[in-house]
Amino acid sequence: MSQMKFEIPEIELMKSGHVACPGCGASMAMRYALKALGPKTMVVIPACCWAIIDGPNPCSVNGVPVFHCAFETAAITATGIKAGLKRQGKDDISVLAWAGDGGTFDIGLQAISGAAERNEDIIYVCYDNEAYMNTGIQRSSATPWGAWTTTTPVKNPKERPKKDIVDILLAHHIPYVATASVAYPDDFIRKMQKAKSIRGMKFIHVLSPCPPGWKSQAEESVHISRLAVHSNVFPLYEVDDGYRYTISIQPKKVPVRDYLKYQGRFKHLSEEQIELIQQAADRKWDILMKKVEMGELFMQN
Amino acid sequence: MADSLIAEGLEKYFNPETTAEVKAIEGTHAASYAAKLARVKVVSAYPITPQTTIVEKLSEMCASGEMEAEFIKVESEHSAMACVIGAESTGTRSFTATSSQGLALMHEELHWATGARLPVVMANVNRALGAPWNIWADQTDSLAQRDTGWIQCYAESNQEVLDMIIQAYRLAEIVMLPVMVNMDAFFLSHTTEPVALPKQELVDQFLPEYNPKYKMDINDPHAFGGLAKPDTYMELRYNIQKSMEDAHRLIPEVADEFEKVIGRNHGGLIEEYQTKDAEYLIVTSGTITGTSRIVVDQLRAQGLKLGLLKIRFFRPFPVKEVQSVLGKIKKIAVIDRNLSFGRCGIFFSELQAALYNCECRPLLNGYVAGLGGRDVTPKTIEKIVNHLIASEKGEDLIWMELNI
Ligand SMILES: Cc1ncc(C[n+]2csc(CCOP(=O)(O)OP(=O)(O)O)c2C)c(N)n1
Ligand code: SF4
Ligand SMILES: [Mg+2]
Repeated sequence: MSQMKFEIPEIELMKSGHVACPGCGASMAMRYALKALGPKTMVVIPACCWAIIDGPNPCSVNGVPVFHCAFETAAITATGIKAGLKRQGKDDISVLAWAGDGGTFDIGLQAISGAAERNEDIIYVCYDNEAYMNTGIQRSSATPWGAWTTTTPVKNPKERPKKDIVDILLAHHIPYVATASVAYPDDFIRKMQKAKSIRGMKFIHVLSPCPPGWKSQAEESVHISRLAVHSNVFPLYEVDDGYRYTISIQPKKVPVRDYLKYQGRFKHLSEEQIELIQQAADRKWDILMKKVEMGELFMQN
Repeated sequence: MADSLIAEGLEKYFNPETTAEVKAIEGTHAASYAAKLARVKVVSAYPITPQTTIVEKLSEMCASGEMEAEFIKVESEHSAMACVIGAESTGTRSFTATSSQGLALMHEELHWATGARLPVVMANVNRALGAPWNIWADQTDSLAQRDTGWIQCYAESNQEVLDMIIQAYRLAEIVMLPVMVNMDAFFLSHTTEPVALPKQELVDQFLPEYNPKYKMDINDPHAFGGLAKPDTYMELRYNIQKSMEDAHRLIPEVADEFEKVIGRNHGGLIEEYQTKDAEYLIVTSGTITGTSRIVVDQLRAQGLKLGLLKIRFFRPFPVKEVQSVLGKIKKIAVIDRNLSFGRCGIFFSELQAALYNCECRPLLNGYVAGLGGRDVTPKTIEKIVNHLIASEKGEDLIWMELNI
C-alpha cells in the first residue's frame, strides 16, 4: 500500500453528552462516521444500543437529522428517506443506516437483503458488538463460537460460528463492502468517505467492543479492537465491485489468545477450544488471501 | 322516472365540468389513479391478491412517466410500510396498498406511522385471513388494526375509493395521522364500474402540496422517535387522540370542500339512507351497503318503514352521529362481514358501546354474514330484516346462512 498522510477531519458533529457506557465502541464509531460524512447526512437508527445512546426525546447528540425506526427496518427506512429526498432534488444527502448486529445479521436481514439486491443508494453501517446488548447481552448470529452471553451460559456457550455477514452482502453484487475498526480511525474514515462517493449500496462492518457485554475493561476497547485485527479474528479489508479485495491493515499475526484474554466472555474456554478458534482465524485469513488473489487475477484478465 | 333518476345520478357523479375522463375501471385501478391524481411522489408496495392490480397499474404509470414517482419494489409489506414511513419523514407524499396477510405483517409499522405522526395513505383490500387460505372479501383484516391509530374509511363503490384516497391525503396532512381506505375484495377490487377521474387542476386546488412543519431536514436537524419516558409518552398519546377528534370534526368539512371543487359528496362519517321516518334500521359498511339500498327500496314499497345507515369511518368511530340517527328507531340490525372471535361482529360491538350512554336504546341485533367472500344477497338481507322485526330482545351474534 502506498504511504499517504491522512488527516482526520476536524469537524465534530457528534456532541458530548451521549449516554453510552464508558469504552463503548459503537459511540466511537459514530463519531468517526459523522466526521467522514459531514453535515449533509441523515441517520436512521433501529432498536439497538444506539437508540438509547443518542439521548432521550427530544435530545440528540448527533448534530444531523436522526430517524428512529423499528428494529428490522434500518435498511428500508433509509431507502424510503433517500427516495423522498431524491424526489425533492436533495439527492446529495447521504443516508446512513446505523444498526447493531442483531438488527443486521438477524431480524433485519430480510430488509437489508432487499435493499442490497435493489442496490439502494444508502450507506449501511453495522456496528457489531456480537450480541443483543440493549436487551442485556443475549446471543445473536454474530456472537462468536464459544462466547458467553446470557442465553449461551458458560455451561452451554455458543455452539455455532459467527455468521459471515460480509459474504452475504457480497452475494448481492453491491459496489462496496468493507470492514472497519475503531482502532484504525483513519482507515475507517477513509472507507466512509469512499462509501459516500459511490452510488448504490455500501456496507461497512465495524467491530464494536462493548465492555459490559464482553466483560472487558473500558480503557481496553481500542486495544482489543486492534488485537482483533492483528489476530485475524476481524481482518480489515474492502471489496470493490464484489471482487476486488484489498487488505487494509497487514495483520501482525498475534495469537487469538491475546485477543481473547482481555474478555471475560471467553474466560471459560479450554486450551483446546482456544486452539480451535486459532485454527478458524487462520483458515479465515487463508481464504481471504485466496479471494485477494482471485480478484487480482480477474483484474489482469 | 327511473331513467331520469339515473341521468340525474350520472350528472351528479360524472359532472363534465369537473371530470377529465370517465373510465370503466376496477376498484384497484381506482386506487392507482387516485394516487396519481394526489401527486404521490413515493410508492412502495408488495403484491398480494387482490391488491396486485393496484401495484401493477402504479408500476406501469411510474415506468411510463405518466406518474412522477419513485416506486420501490420491496421484499415484504413490512418493508413497504417502513419505506413510506421513511419517505414521509422527509415531507414527501407517499402511498402503499395491501390486503389481509400483508396488512397483518405491517402491524408493527402501522403503529410506527401513527406514533411518528406521518400522514401515510394506504389502500387496503378487505380479504379474509388464513388459515385456511381464502382470498375473498372479509373485513377482519383491517378491523384487527383498530388500535393502531389509523383513520379507517370503508368504500362502497369504485368512485368512492378514488374520491376517498384523494380526500384521505387532505385529511391526513391536516391532522398528521395515517389513513387507510378499505374496499371489499373482488366486489370492488375486481369489479369494473364507471369512475369519473377529476381534472388534475381541480385535484391540485383541493389538495395543496404537502409541506409539513417538522421533517427530516439537514438545515434544522432533530431526532425523531427517540426514547420518550413515562413523563412524556402519555402526552404524546393524548395528542394523537386529540388529532383523532380533530379528524372526526374535519371529515365532513373535507367532504364538503371536495364537493365544492369536484362536485361529489359521499357523506361524512356516516351516510343515512331513508332514515327520516324509519322505525327499523340496517347498519352496514362496504359493499353490503349497495345491496341493502335495494332491499330498503323494495321493502319500503311494501310499506315497511326501513332505513339504512352506512358507516363510512370506523376510526374515528361516529359515536355522536350514530346516536343522533338511532334516537327515533325501534330496532336495529347491524350486518358484519367480520368477526371478533369470542365476541361478535366488530361494527356491532362498537355500535352497541356507542349507545350505552344514550337515553333511548333501541333493540339491537348483530348479524354476521358473508365471511370469506360468501355472497350477501338481497335475500340474505331480507331474512335479516324479517328476523329483526320478529325479535323481542336484542341478540349480539346471529349467524346468517350457516351450513351446519
Ligand atoms: C421486533 C422487536 N423485537 C425485539 C425487540 C427488542 N430489542 C430491542 S434492541 C434488541 C437487541 C439489539 O441488538 P443489536 O442489534 O445487536 O444492537 P445492540 O443492542 O447490541 O447495540 C432487541 C432484541 C424490538 N425492539 N423489536
Ligand atoms: S452496552 Fe455495550 S454497546 Fe451498549 S452502550 Fe454499553 S458499551 Fe455500548
Ligand atoms: Mg449487538
